[in-house]
Amino acid sequence: MKILVVEDDRETASYLVKGLNESGYTVDRAGDGRDGLFLATSGSYDAIVLDRMLPSMDGLAMLGALRAAEISTPALILSALGSVDDRVKGLRAGGDDYLVKPFAFSELLARLEALLRRGAGTPTTTKLRVADLELDLLTRTVKRRDKPIEVLPREFRLLEYLMRNAGHVVTRTMLLEHVWDYHFDPQTNVIDVHISRLRQKIDKTFDSPLLHTVRGAGYCLRAADDRASR
Amino acid sequence: MIAERLRLPYQGSWWTPRRLFENGQRLVRTHAFRLAALYFLVFAVSVSGVLLFVYWTSADFVERQTEATLEAEIAGLAEQYAQRGLSGLVQVVAARSAGDRGDGMLYLVTDPDGRPLVGNIAAWPAGLSARAGRLSFTTEARVKDRIETHPAQGALFVIPGRYRLLIGRDISDATAFRDRVKVTLLWAGLLALGAGLLGGAAMSRNLLRRVEQVNRTSERVMAGNLSDRVPLAGTSDEFDQLAANLNRMLDQIERLMTAMREVTDDVAHDLKTPLARMRARLELALIGPVDSAGQSEAIRSAINEADRLLATFNALLSIAELEAGTRRDDTEPLDLAEVARSAAELYEPVAEENGFVLSVTTEPDVRIRGVRHLLSQALANLLDNALKYAGGGEIEIRVFHREGQAVLEVADRGQGIPDADRETVFDRFVRLERSRTTAGNGLGLSLVRAIVRRHSGTVELIDNRPGLRIRIQLPRWGA
Repeated sequence: MKILVVEDDRETASYLVKGLNESGYTVDRAGDGRDGLFLATSGSYDAIVLDRMLPSMDGLAMLGALRAAEISTPALILSALGSVDDRVKGLRAGGDDYLVKPFAFSELLARLEALLRRGAGTPTTTKLRVADLELDLLTRTVKRRDKPIEVLPREFRLLEYLMRNAGHVVTRTMLLEHVWDYHFDPQTNVIDVHISRLRQKIDKTFDSPLLHTVRGAGYCLRAADDRASR
Repeated sequence: MIAERLRLPYQGSWWTPRRLFENGQRLVRTHAFRLAALYFLVFAVSVSGVLLFVYWTSADFVERQTEATLEAEIAGLAEQYAQRGLSGLVQVVAARSAGDRGDGMLYLVTDPDGRPLVGNIAAWPAGLSARAGRLSFTTEARVKDRIETHPAQGALFVIPGRYRLLIGRDISDATAFRDRVKVTLLWAGLLALGAGLLGGAAMSRNLLRRVEQVNRTSERVMAGNLSDRVPLAGTSDEFDQLAANLNRMLDQIERLMTAMREVTDDVAHDLKTPLARMRARLELALIGPVDSAGQSEAIRSAINEADRLLATFNALLSIAELEAGTRRDDTEPLDLAEVARSAAELYEPVAEENGFVLSVTTEPDVRIRGVRHLLSQALANLLDNALKYAGGGEIEIRVFHREGQAVLEVADRGQGIPDADRETVFDRFVRLERSRTTAGNGLGLSLVRAIVRRHSGTVELIDNRPGLRIRIQLPRWGA
């Protein structure tokens, strides 16, 4: 997997490159928007991580030029501007996700991986399956080992998001954004309690747990023996 | 500078000629002086005009009267002459000039040689031409044993046979009257101009004094005394209005300055303390054993501290942005009940976990115009607070209409907030718990208030007996 990092701040850039390398990605780096655009149009990258404010060519302008050239490589925008307006502007310019600086590397990694999966293209399916857990998008029912599990509508959406990202870490912020459409962090551990309730329903009476807590990062839904993807 | 220029001559010692000259020059440069001077000029011209007109009309009136009397007399005598000839005329003249009739009429008929035949003028006036027509002459009149020369006006007729008839009227009374009017009007004019001069001076001095007050106050404010205000004269005129507006502006500036100073102090305290703590921890880790568990723990806690600081910083920025009031119209029609239910749905499990019962009561159709994520955040902050401080019991979210307003209430059964603190809790970094053991940055309610104000609403704290009821009122939309 090849990632292009477009970031003018040397320290942030090397922090990103080092972290991504350690996570098993090949990384190219550009220091300004023009170089970034050149690399993005010539090389074949699986994803782009770009800073919003760049010398010589603004990040959003670069993204616009890229999209105009019909290159749809998924892009994650990094920005110090954190208001909802700024986020909307970034996503409209062709960004696929938006992360406010400063950020935890685990958050960036989780989001980047979600983008990469989306870029790979998920086949349109009506059923999601992780090990013996099955979620039917049409009948909106959940079954494990063919035993129906009663879930509330929000729990269904939470589980759906976790299953779509099965085997990967999703952060609390990602859950808040995608399941609740909230772009702020509550001071209370609201998400943790939702997760533990869901866990009660899908894991409690079964010997092999599927929903795992990843310390300092978030949660991960995966089969007990499926550790390869992590 | 401005005040220096406007400083009035009566201030300080101005007795030396030099000072007097300088002060005079300064005075001349002021707008008030120029205004007063112009005012005086216009006043003088108009007063002179009015007085001249009065003089002219009264003089003219007297002259016309003389003229009319003369005409009547001439017409009468002409009739007598036409009916009875010269002898008749002489008889009539003799009759009319006998005695003092007090009307000041003068008659004289002379024979062809110029000798007086009849009349009340003793002799042909000296220097009077003998040609017929209108003329002015002087006559001698006896006034209380004195002979005076009086001016007269009249007409001379030459009667066939070279007789002459002189009819005239003593106009000394009229002249005296005219002179009297002239003197009176002159005095009146002088008095009016004097009063105008005094009035203009008083007006400009008054104007200058009040401008000077404003100037001196602004100078003191600029010098740093922000609480100084322009004194009001209590006349509620334009100057009082100006002063009142200036005072209001100064109030606003002072409030903003105070708020800013408070924020700066708060930032210094509430951001510096954790930074110092973090620094100390990292330094300790650095001098401790390398690659120890303690070192990673120190780094982890430093990261946590940094995250908390960033959250505080973000909250401060959000509040500042909301309070700056750059009003982009990103509002949309919202169902307040839906916003409340959504937040309640997020918080319900955590509330139950902590021994609370979270309930939502909504009326249908409580529609407002607002920014959904901001209102959700405000509600989340209130719920966070209730979970943190109420200890347990019921948390009630209510959405309803009241007096044309949309109301959102969050009520708990905790200790509540003492009356005295109900306003201050909205201020930045205010935390009622002095020990500060519970996590939090003291910005939650500040942010709530900023969000509510952004929506042109109000937020108040009410005693829930026991507990706290927070009521947010927002303008209804589409009602």
